[in-house]
Amino acid sequence: MVVSNGQPIALVVADTFERAVHAASLVKVDYIKENAETDFDKNKFNDKLLKPRPDYLRKEKDAWKNAEVSLEEEYTIPIETHNPMEMHGTIAVWEGEKLTVYDKSQGPKGVQGELARLFALDEKNVKVITEFVGGAFGSALRSWPHVHAAVIAAKKLNLPVKVTLNREQMFTMVGYRPQCWQKVGIGASKDGKLTGIAHHAISNTSSYEDFSEGISSVSQYLYDCPNVFTTYKLLPLDVNTPTWMRGPGPASGCFGLESALDELSYKLNIDPIELRIINNAELHPHSKLPWTTKFLKECYALGKEKIGWSKRPTVPGSLKEDGMLVGYGMAVGVFGAGRSAATAKGILKMDGSLLLQSAVSDMGPGTTTAMVKIGSEQMGLEEKKVRFELGDTDFPTGPTQGGSGSATAVGSAVIAVCDAMKQSLKEMAIENIAAFKALKADDIKYENGKLIAANNTASIHFMDLLKEAGKPELQVSKNSTGFAQRDKYATNSFSVHFVKLHVHPVTGVIKLKHIVSAADAGKIISEKTARSQMVGGAVGGIGMAMTEETLLDHRYGRYINSNFVDYHVPVHADVPPMDIVFTNQPDYIISPTGAKGIGEIALVGVAPAILNAVYNATGKRVRDLPVTPDKLI
Amino acid sequence: MINFEYTRVSSAKAAVSTKAKHAASQFIAGGTNLVDLMKKGVTAPQRLIDINALPLKDISNDAKGLTIGALVPNSVAAENNLVTEKYPLLAMALNAGASAQLRNMATTGGNIMQRTRCPYFYDITMPCNKRQPQSGCGAMEGYNRMHAIFGASEKCIAVHPSDMCVALAALNATVHVSGAKGEKKISFVDFHRLPGDTPQLDNNLQTGELITAVHIPSNRFNKSYYLKVRDRLSYAFALVSVAVALEVSDGVIKSASIAMGGVAHKPWRLTVVS
Repeated sequence: MVVSNGQPIALVVADTFERAVHAASLVKVDYIKENAETDFDKNKFNDKLLKPRPDYLRKEKDAWKNAEVSLEEEYTIPIETHNPMEMHGTIAVWEGEKLTVYDKSQGPKGVQGELARLFALDEKNVKVITEFVGGAFGSALRSWPHVHAAVIAAKKLNLPVKVTLNREQMFTMVGYRPQCWQKVGIGASKDGKLTGIAHHAISNTSSYEDFSEGISSVSQYLYDCPNVFTTYKLLPLDVNTPTWMRGPGPASGCFGLESALDELSYKLNIDPIELRIINNAELHPHSKLPWTTKFLKECYALGKEKIGWSKRPTVPGSLKEDGMLVGYGMAVGVFGAGRSAATAKGILKMDGSLLLQSAVSDMGPGTTTAMVKIGSEQMGLEEKKVRFELGDTDFPTGPTQGGSGSATAVGSAVIAVCDAMKQSLKEMAIENIAAFKALKADDIKYENGKLIAANNTASIHFMDLLKEAGKPELQVSKNSTGFAQRDKYATNSFSVHFVKLHVHPVTGVIKLKHIVSAADAGKIISEKTARSQMVGGAVGGIGMAMTEETLLDHRYGRYINSNFVDYHVPVHADVPPMDIVFTNQPDYIISPTGAKGIGEIALVGVAPAILNAVYNATGKRVRDLPVTPDKLI
Repeated sequence: MINFEYTRVSSAKAAVSTKAKHAASQFIAGGTNLVDLMKKGVTAPQRLIDINALPLKDISNDAKGLTIGALVPNSVAAENNLVTEKYPLLAMALNAGASAQLRNMATTGGNIMQRTRCPYFYDITMPCNKRQPQSGCGAMEGYNRMHAIFGASEKCIAVHPSDMCVALAALNATVHVSGAKGEKKISFVDFHRLPGDTPQLDNNLQTGELITAVHIPSNRFNKSYYLKVRDRLSYAFALVSVAVALEVSDGVIKSASIAMGGVAHKPWRLTVVS
């Protein structure tokens, strides 16, 4: 049965890519036509909605309605399709019973496990290599049909087979941020204290899989509010299945909540930053647990200064600069933080180098760089002496890269490896070096590659120690367990995004002038890659706010802008100068790395910040993304 | 893409005669649009006649005006001193089109010949009277946010996608054409067609005819601007664009010429306003 347009039904293999593409176009298929329903807007309140999670209620459902100041508005986000620059591709190679797969994936171990299960293979006989991944953003969190097709074709032909998706296929084969509708009712006392929030969300899924991402949940904990009611439903449509896309859940939910809060600030005549500070949650409003760390207030202060918030007009549409309307806006981003289990291996060599390995992917955040930094810092070695290898299932098990969790998980495993190495070196010194014989491990310090007796009577570099001990290298594998204090702490990363923009008063064209993103992401391990993540997230947020919209023609159930000409991702000209500021406050409760995760909070909150600035500039509140020029004239 | 024959010619005469010999053939210059159309199966010429070796790459100026060879790349025309000094409107329009890489490949003649970006034209599974006469218009009841405001027909609401052509229309340009019957000149406003009942025809070029140059008559316009409103700030087709050329003297507009893009099947002259 064909359940959606673009569903793969056959794989054509040829000796060149061009021949394969042409041959595939010659496949003729007869279909028995059935009615398809792809229209989210038309069906979003129908009786086929699924409820992926129970409604959430904290005290009263309708408290917001009785507030001194209140509003209720609807917000919509269209489908945003995964379009990393590198399209998905897989090479499958069989050698007897052994299968090797080169894949674009965020988690080699996940692909290995899935292929072993699907094809009833021993996991040992499945090797997955994901050494280089050219962007993924969630699209490579699961194996899509082309991966399985490559494996089957390679087996049938007894030849290596490469399957690459073209841009058009990216729209139907690797998922997208689901379309969603939200309704937010929010109320506060005249002095700005929130009294109630009701946040309802519906997003689409496919007719054959249920994908949910908890869009309205963010209202349960972002602000201190006594009465909260959230619901979330799914509408199955005859389309391909959506998937996680950078900041899944909060990215959409914060557009609703952070827009509504901005609207409320004007009704209350309270500065939007002030309104958020008034309602800052000191404890997690649901669990009443403290956060491991929370430096959200510091983010407001840092960003406010950098963007020049004092110049913001309090009356929308009242400030002009060079004939353009000027607007300032801000919004908060949030995402879960934590630490999953991971294993890493370290090989310390006589030449003074350290090799670290873990079976994880680096889809672009700079995991490799961060792990080198951690290894270098832990072992007191120059960065050029440390190497981190990843993307190979032969390495120790690491987590799938997603949810901003690699730095804490893999970083903790690297620290565990380094700690164990130092301990082994101390024991090796006691065993092999006369001057250390009488000492206990605790009496020996490790500093910058050297083992030093606490009383300074002896010291030896590990390179000499390995030589003396006759060991060319020291190998250590260590597991780091997941975060185990969820009953004691709430764990989140936070960001605040600030935007200054111009809107042309006649044409409605928006020109972003400045973005400042302030992030509470724990300790910043690698300044450059951390900044790059924040910049990339903001660019993704610009797309979400202003340009990205996947269009379906419901008569045919077919995407009609499945190419880079008509599906608009932001170009350089759309991207303004950006300032990225970090609180850089380590969180050692979550993990010994001190990090909290950056990838998601880089994007979450950017879209509402832009839309809030558009309102500030024009007095027009656009609640349906993206805000294209026609919506402002 | 189907296999095709490939012929390289080095004179306009050879180009025209080769075209006459091979019915299902097409000229190719920069190929920025044609190759896409071939990849998508929108068009499937059996033979491509490569005209890149033709001596049509000069930009020259005399008392009557400026002549731009059909093979002058868009990026070269946009940076040419004669263009930027005397016809800045054209330079602005050229730079508003496509991306730097595409402008390096796209030619003056090819730009005039580019086909609509209507998604129903590009997707061969959809109905489109322009691609396949009598198959219907997908856009009419479908996605048509960027489609025609003026001059549309019941058969077609597609728009011409060029920026360059909008400026050329405002500047009263002429298209020089070479064909089996010799040379001729077509006024720019008469070059492209409205869709009517034959939306498959984008323009009035006859089969076998080759664009050799574009001529812009000298003018008295001393103020001009090309404004393009689009969904992102670069590399997007116009929601609407406007080319305005004014002759201003002592703060008084003596004459004006205005054309709009993205609103019709051809660059749309606002003659009454002018």
